[in-house]
This record gives sequence, structure tokens and C-alpha cells, in this order.
Amino acid sequence: MARVIVITSGKGGVGKTTTAAAMAMGLAQRGNRTVVIDFDVGLRNLDLIMGCERRVVYDFVNVINGEANLNQALIRDKRCDGLYVLPASQTRDKDALTVEGVGQVLEDLGKSHDYIVCDSPAGIEHGATMAMYFADDAVVVTNPEVSSVRDSDRMLGILSSKSRRAESNEEPIREHLLLTRYSPERVARGEMLSLEDVQEILSLNLLGVIPESQAVLNASNAGVPVILSSDSDAGQAYGDMVSRFLGEDVPMRFLEAGKKGLFSRIFGG
Amino acid sequence: MVSQSISSAAGQPGANGAKGDLAFELKAAAFTLPVIRLLCLDMDAVEAQLAPKVEQAPGFFRNTPVVIDLGELSASDADVGFPQLVGLLRGLGMIPVGVRGGSAGQNEAAQAMELAILGDSVKPKRAEAAAAEPSKAARANSAAGAKAQPIVAAQTDAPVIGVDTGSTLIERPVRSGQRVYAAGGDLTVIGAVSSGAELMADGNIHVYAPLRGRVMAGLKGNEGARIFCQDLQAELISIAGHYRVSENIPAELKGRRVQVFLDHAVLRIEPL
Repeated sequence: MARVIVITSGKGGVGKTTTAAAMAMGLAQRGNRTVVIDFDVGLRNLDLIMGCERRVVYDFVNVINGEANLNQALIRDKRCDGLYVLPASQTRDKDALTVEGVGQVLEDLGKSHDYIVCDSPAGIEHGATMAMYFADDAVVVTNPEVSSVRDSDRMLGILSSKSRRAESNEEPIREHLLLTRYSPERVARGEMLSLEDVQEILSLNLLGVIPESQAVLNASNAGVPVILSSDSDAGQAYGDMVSRFLGEDVPMRFLEAGKKGLFSRIFGG
Repeated sequence: MVSQSISSAAGQPGANGAKGDLAFELKAAAFTLPVIRLLCLDMDAVEAQLAPKVEQAPGFFRNTPVVIDLGELSASDADVGFPQLVGLLRGLGMIPVGVRGGSAGQNEAAQAMELAILGDSVKPKRAEAAAAEPSKAARANSAAGAKAQPIVAAQTDAPVIGVDTGSTLIERPVRSGQRVYAAGGDLTVIGAVSSGAELMADGNIHVYAPLRGRVMAGLKGNEGARIFCQDLQAELISIAGHYRVSENIPAELKGRRVQVFLDHAVLRIEPL
């Protein structure tokens, strides 16, 4: 049975979809059969980030409604074997997701995959609760600012009370923190919450810290998961994150404001 | 200030709202009333020991409905002397409303004094759970100690079995948006209480981690309830409805280990 990972946050715009794409790609690169599902019905974006927007025929809601089977709806990634994307429907709303329907799709996918990555929509309403309901692991994506931290905290409360595992009194969801858009320079200037500040409030298992990086925007625009730009700091940080998720002991990087060398000062590296 | 337990109807605010032409609605509600459990029939002794208690907390007893419990009397069919008892309770400001646990003869005598006969079937549960000075009862900590006195002004419905009767322990962090209510007892939290979380208890509240949320102790009006915390950063603290928001908590007390209690209806925060 596959492990179901939800990428969630509560707040919008913190990097959930970027993280879902990177996580799925990273897991698949390491030889795991992986599928990434877009739960943001009505506002789908994952297909763009994954660069498969022109190959969408059927979607998640079609599968739930029995209008298509899974093999018709799954889009195989051309860059990495064993990675599939299940896109969201853009023309429906989130009420199309039902517990039974989502549960059935996840069960079917679980038979032929190792990991199922669920990209949650923002908010704490139906779409988000559907995305997390069946999760085994939760990656809570948080930006180093107070509103994002509070929303993450709220989401953690929901994870521990409204999931299938909570309702059936099983072992609780494993919760991980991923701090994104982290800027050590701004932390040093006191303009941004530090990792310690965030952990003081959330106190979670830290999966990684992704530095604020131009590479993320470039990758999104190009439809390439940022983890594939392995020469960028964000790409490397995502790589470390996936390794840590799989149990490797990788030291944290990009936490200190780097000393800029002469060349990078001149050329704005 | 008088403790009133909450019935199912209380969960629906607006139930009293306009409803067409209805003159009234018939509803069931449960109330928590103090029980005076008679242990002897010497009314002078009862008065002698009850009066000082009333003096200690006059506000609590004034116009408070009370129930007389005859279940502990050794002579099961003795004449209780209701006229004198009712007279002395009224004289102390209370409103005796009923009896329970009496024999047929005692019930008849009680009815003659217009006291309601309350069924024993409700005895083990809530219906007559005590509220009067529950903290004192808890502090006394042993039913035996309390029974040595002829009158137990307050008696938790289950006999006190150790201190932890009705207390609640939370070992996980309480996250933003989560609410924890410890009905009828104390609440102890070992994890951090996040901003936006709410803790409520009828008794005391203890937090052994940073407290950033809202805390309400003595929810049903117990003014003896207290809040203890290791790191005060709360958004709001309240005891029996007397509250302070974060803005009104002195900065020098923030981040410190404190207790919060009511001193003559004034909320006081003191470092521990």
C-alpha cells in the first residue's frame, strides 16, 4: 500500500504546489513509483508547474464520477520514469470531491504506486480537508511570517482531529515542517521570522528550509519542477528535503547569510 | 455568579429568538444546584455551622436555590423539622427548592412545605452536581474530611475519589482553532497552547509550556478557580467571567511563570 503524503499549509501562496511537484519528482528520481494529485479543483495549477498542461484529457473529478478510468486520466511524466500526474478539474468546484470517491481513487492508485503526493488547496474548507483526510504524512509548508505560521498551526490542529487516522484512532499522521521562501539576509536584519521563531510556535519535525530563490519562479514559468534545477540553491534544498523524508541524515543548508564574494558582488550573483 | 449547568438548549443561541406567534416553548434544561446534605437533625447545630460558611461567601448563597439531601441521615424516618430548616435556610438568603433521598413520611412533610421531591434516579449524574465552592471541596481532598462536618455545602456528584476526579490531561500541543473544555474539573496541558486556541475549565487550568491562546478558568462562575502557567503570553485570561486581554497584561509579567486568581472580583496576576 502506498504512503499518502499531503502537502498543506492553510495559507495560500506559500509554495504548496511547488513543493508537491518537487517532492513527487524527487521521490520518483530515487526510484519510487509516485503519483501527484492536484486537489485544487477549480483552480488547478499543478499541471502548469509539472509542465503537462497540454496533455490533460481527463481529470480527478472524471475518475471520481466514473467518467474515465485512472489509466486514462494519469499523465506520465516525460522526464522521469515512474512519475504520474493526476490533474484537477478546472470546470468543477470542490464539492465534486467526496470521501468515498477520493478514498476509492487513492486505494486504486495505492496498488501500483509507492507514494501518493496530494497537493492541497489553500484554506481549511472541503477541498483542503479532502486532501488531508487519507494522509499518512503531512508536509506543512510555512513561510517565515506570522500569518502563515498561525495558519499552519491551525492546519496542524485539523490534521490531528479530522483525518481518517484521527477518526479511527490509528497512529496519528506524521507531521513535518517545511519552511519556504527563507531569506537568511532578511532574518539577520530582523525583517523575517527565524527558523527558531517558527519552531518555537510549531515545534515540528523539520523536513527542510527552502531559500527564497529566483530559480523557483523561473522553474514554475518553464513548467519544470525546481528540484530538477540542481545547480540552484532551492533545487538543492528540495533534494535534501526528499532525502530527509526518506530517512537520510542530511545537514541543513542555506540557513546562514552567505558571504558574497567579489564576483557575485559585481555581477549580482 | 450562581453556577448553572448548561443544558442541551444552551448550545443553541438564539433559541429564544422570535418564533412567530408562539407564546412559549417547552424545553428541558439541567441546572447545577448546591446540595445541603443533612448529617444530623439538630437544627441549631446546622445553623451554627452553616452561618459562618454563608458569611464567607455571601454573594454565592444569596438567592441561590438549594436542595436538601436526606439520604445520609441515620434515622431513616425521623422528623426532619422542615419548617425550622426552611426558615433557617431562607434566613441565610438561600431558596430551598426540593428534597431528595427522603422516606415517604419525610417526603410528605417536605411537600407540605411546598418543597419539590427530586427523584433519586438522577442522583448519580449531573442533575445535582455541586458547584458550591468546588475548589474548596477539591482542596479538602477527602470525602471523609468533609463528612466530619455536619453540612457539606457542596458535594461533587461522584464521591471524591482522589484529587483527579473530573480532571482532564492534554499531552499534545493545543493548536490554533482547537478548543478544550474540561467540564466539572481541572484542565492540565503539557504541550504548548498556540495563539488562537482556547482552553476552558470549570476548575483550575495548568499549562506547563508557553501559553499563547485564550484561557477561561471557573467557566461556570467558580471564583476560586485559578490559572497557573509556566510562560504567560496569553491572548486572554479569564476567571469566572472576569477577564483581561493581552494588551492589559503588564509587560513585566509576560513570558513569566505566574498564577492568576480573583481577589475580591479583581483579576490578579502574580509571579510564582
